[in-house]
Amino acid sequence: MRLSGENLILERGGQRLFTGLFFEVREGEALVIQGSNGAGKSSLLRAIAGFLPFSGGHLRHEGGNAQARLGEQAHYLGHADSLRNALTAEENLAFWAVVHGGSACGVKPALERLGLLHVLDFPVRALSAGQRRRVALARLLIAHRAIWLLDEPTTALDGGSQTLFASVMQYHLSRGGLIVVATHAPLGIGAARQVRLDYAGHASVGVAV
Amino acid sequence: MKPAFALFQREWRIAGRIGGGASIGAVFFLLLVTIVPFALGPDLRLLAKLGPAILWIAALLATLLGLDRLFQADAEDGSLDLLVNSVLPLELVVLVKCAAHWTTSILPLVIAAPLFGLMLAMDGEALGTVALTLAVGTPALTMIGAIGAALTASLRRGGLLMAVLVLPLAIPVLIFGVAASSGARGLVFPAKPFIVLLAMTIFSLAAAPFAAAAAIRHVRD
Repeated sequence: MRLSGENLILERGGQRLFTGLFFEVREGEALVIQGSNGAGKSSLLRAIAGFLPFSGGHLRHEGGNAQARLGEQAHYLGHADSLRNALTAEENLAFWAVVHGGSACGVKPALERLGLLHVLDFPVRALSAGQRRRVALARLLIAHRAIWLLDEPTTALDGGSQTLFASVMQYHLSRGGLIVVATHAPLGIGAARQVRLDYAGHASVGVAV
Repeated sequence: MKPAFALFQREWRIAGRIGGGASIGAVFFLLLVTIVPFALGPDLRLLAKLGPAILWIAALLATLLGLDRLFQADAEDGSLDLLVNSVLPLELVVLVKCAAHWTTSILPLVIAAPLFGLMLAMDGEALGTVALTLAVGTPALTMIGAIGAALTASLRRGGLLMAVLVLPLAIPVLIFGVAASSGARGLVFPAKPFIVLLAMTIFSLAAAPFAAAAAIRHVRD
């Protein structure tokens, strides 16, 4: 599987965020999007997921299911965590598992992986910000999708959970997955491709270690 | 089929928990029906004559009450994004959410309507007819409302705008609903307004999911 962007242009509210963005991610690789606040990191991820249209350029994906849209083969995790306060962690995840094309029996192992088995029956509203974030991260594991689009995934996580999530990302990459992640914090997943977005609207590509 | 059922089950659970608002619609309906005799006075014949219209207007307003949150809550917490990229077609998502909303919020109101009609001095036959026309006509109100809810999903305080958008579109349903419930007395069933009402429900069930899904896809931030 391969995901690439050629000469991408993105505008929001009549304002040009960036032009001439090239990137490429292959199986087992991570792409880190960096840039200051408002540079367009979240918008780029939303556009890759198919929620926003690019104003120009081409976004391509090869391999995977040729019939399905890119968004249907990707897990998108944004600032909003898609968890309903009134439902328990298990009910929330079981629902998303089935709707993502997986099955509800993957919920317990996913929560266990993120060290959250004890909050299974808690309504999500009773969880702390960090626990809530980890429940949201567990959603990535309950149904397999090759592409992960993550927007600041480690917000509110403590040190131990960040290390834990790094190992989860490593595992996904080792299974041939690919990750596009916008972040300010170091992720601890070794070498990754890197895209920098800056205010002038130019994008540069490099390798972060 | 399984994902559609999972969505239906989720909507039912949310509606049933605190703050879900399943019972609020019926309580609001009861309040509206209770208030009217205070305004009109204790003329029982007048109340009985206006009964079907009062019940229908109350049902229309009670339907709109909860409908603005149909997609808004999902838009706010990011669920709508994921539903767009789920294995379910968005049209089916709309239909299932409407079905869950109708069964949790509107069906109790339809069942309670004959009871509330007693307060308007309506006789037995009229009560049954109103309940029947409400059962047949309110799905059309839900489906029309879903289009408005989809258009205003990403707007803050979009509820009022939704009511302004939807109320004019609901007028035909109201006309034929009231006509079917007050004209059916002494007439041979099925009466013409009733058939038109049924047609409007069937048409809205078929067309509204596509309109609402298109609105969700195009009105995004």
